[in-house]
Amino acid sequence: MPLTPKEVLDIAALARIGIGEAEAQAVQADLNNIFELIGQMRRVDTEGVEPMSHALDLTLRLREDKVSETDQRELFQSIAPQKEAGLYLVPKVIE
Amino acid sequence: MLNASLKDLSSSLAQKKISSLELTKLFLGRIAALNGKLNAFITVDEEKSLAQARVADGRIAKRASQPLTGIPVAHKDIFVARDWPTTCGSKILSNFIGPYDAHVIDRFNDAGAVSLGKTNMDEFAMGSSSESSFYGPVKNPWSTDCVPGGSSGGSAAAVAARMAPAATGTDTGGSIRQPAALSGVCGLKPTYGLVSRYGMIAFASSLDQGGPMAKSAEDLALLLNVMAGFDPRDSTSIERDAEDYARDLNKPLLGLRVGVPNEHFGKGLAPDVGKAVEAALAQLEKLGAKRIPVALPNSGLSVPAYYAIAPAEASSNLSRFDGARYGYRAKDYRDLADMYCRTRAEGFGAEVRRRILIGTYVLSHGYYDAYYLKAQKIRRLIANDFTEAFKRCDVVIGPTSPTVAFRIGAKTSDPVQMYLNDIYTIPANLAGLPAASIPCGFGAGGLPVGLHLVGNYFSEAKILNVAHQYQRETDWHAREPAGLKQ
Repeated sequence: MPLTPKEVLDIAALARIGIGEAEAQAVQADLNNIFELIGQMRRVDTEGVEPMSHALDLTLRLREDKVSETDQRELFQSIAPQKEAGLYLVPKVIE
Repeated sequence: MLNASLKDLSSSLAQKKISSLELTKLFLGRIAALNGKLNAFITVDEEKSLAQARVADGRIAKRASQPLTGIPVAHKDIFVARDWPTTCGSKILSNFIGPYDAHVIDRFNDAGAVSLGKTNMDEFAMGSSSESSFYGPVKNPWSTDCVPGGSSGGSAAAVAARMAPAATGTDTGGSIRQPAALSGVCGLKPTYGLVSRYGMIAFASSLDQGGPMAKSAEDLALLLNVMAGFDPRDSTSIERDAEDYARDLNKPLLGLRVGVPNEHFGKGLAPDVGKAVEAALAQLEKLGAKRIPVALPNSGLSVPAYYAIAPAEASSNLSRFDGARYGYRAKDYRDLADMYCRTRAEGFGAEVRRRILIGTYVLSHGYYDAYYLKAQKIRRLIANDFTEAFKRCDVVIGPTSPTVAFRIGAKTSDPVQMYLNDIYTIPANLAGLPAASIPCGFGAGGLPVGLHLVGNYFSEAKILNVAHQYQRETDWHAREPAGLKQ
């Protein structure tokens, strides 16, 4: 089922990528080709196959409840686009 | 020195035939001379490299060196390195200076290796040609009209052009092995979980794995000895006893069972590549290996399944690039949502945007079962195929890539054609198996051909053993591109 330009715009909005109508048109053809490729999966009956989400059987490790990291706020914020008084600045969200 | 093995460089350093400072200057000079032509490096910082070399020389003088102490290594620009720009080939990280070291960088630092700089790559490792970098395409040292493969194309080109004795790469669908094949060098993707992903910028977390790239299997073993190891900072890092990956290099191959999958020799494989791979299989038989037909019946579905799974994971991983805390932020925006949308539209290149859109779609309500879950089921079938194959053989061998290097621009307008480059390499990522590519001859246009070796879980030493024995009898890996002499 091919994607329409409107659907492409909806996906882009979900992904927080600003694209215009023109780019949506251009991307649409590429995406439809790619979904045709992905759609080849339908050829195989996978009834009863257990999904493999990961290469290895892993269980999450637990660690002791001990402090392991030091405060490096200044270092990490030294590369922030905009900051003030130890806070990251972004456009106002609440009026 | 430019062609010396890591072992020889190490003994030259130990015997004071050369200092790390001199060796580092030699390679920095080579980079300065060739990078304008090849664009293999995004960042070079001579001061930083030379400072590390001086420290290494101090260690060597105190007889406190390890096998890689004083040896220069280039790092794919996907590994965060403290005080080094780390871009991942993207505009969105064009102003990002690493505030910490990735585990892999830590390991090389601890070993006393010298960083030569950060190598160019497809943006966020999404590509098979190293053309999608914001910093321009990498050129293949064997023919500068051609791509070096990708995404670790800068690392592959750097090793091929002798701008670095060795380099690091990462492999999500073939990004170490395919550029190794197309650039005529060796590369190994270890078993998933062997090399820590801490500080390795995430693309598809269930598939991403770092690994070494070098001129020979023996060099790969020495590099893997440094890179592999448990790291509690990576939740999927495997706790295992340390191994010496060079321990089996000299084992004879008599009785080795080489599995050859029919599926990797069919339609789509270029005749010149097929011929070189057949010759390599014959060479292994001469060394005492037995050729056994094996079946990987679901192999053909690896590309479709990969293009549901990898973009899905990428769309989630790349949501962190929002212009709020680090990296590029758009200049003009109306509000917070607009800041995100413009930052990501301007900061990501076309291929990365495309993959985020695919991933967002396959994870969205109503499509999850049809795409993502279906792909995970096929992933299981592909892994099961290998389990069956390894009941009958020790290593699965075939071509790494269907063709030799293609011309720059040849596949950029057709994403599906680009994706099919990784048809033979993706199955090992989906299954989590270790796999290597080593040079095995030349095809059309005198361009290198890669031989692909897949082993069972944790059989890196076996793969390197087979590769090393092959390299003792052949010299494809020792050939270097003509026309690059300084």
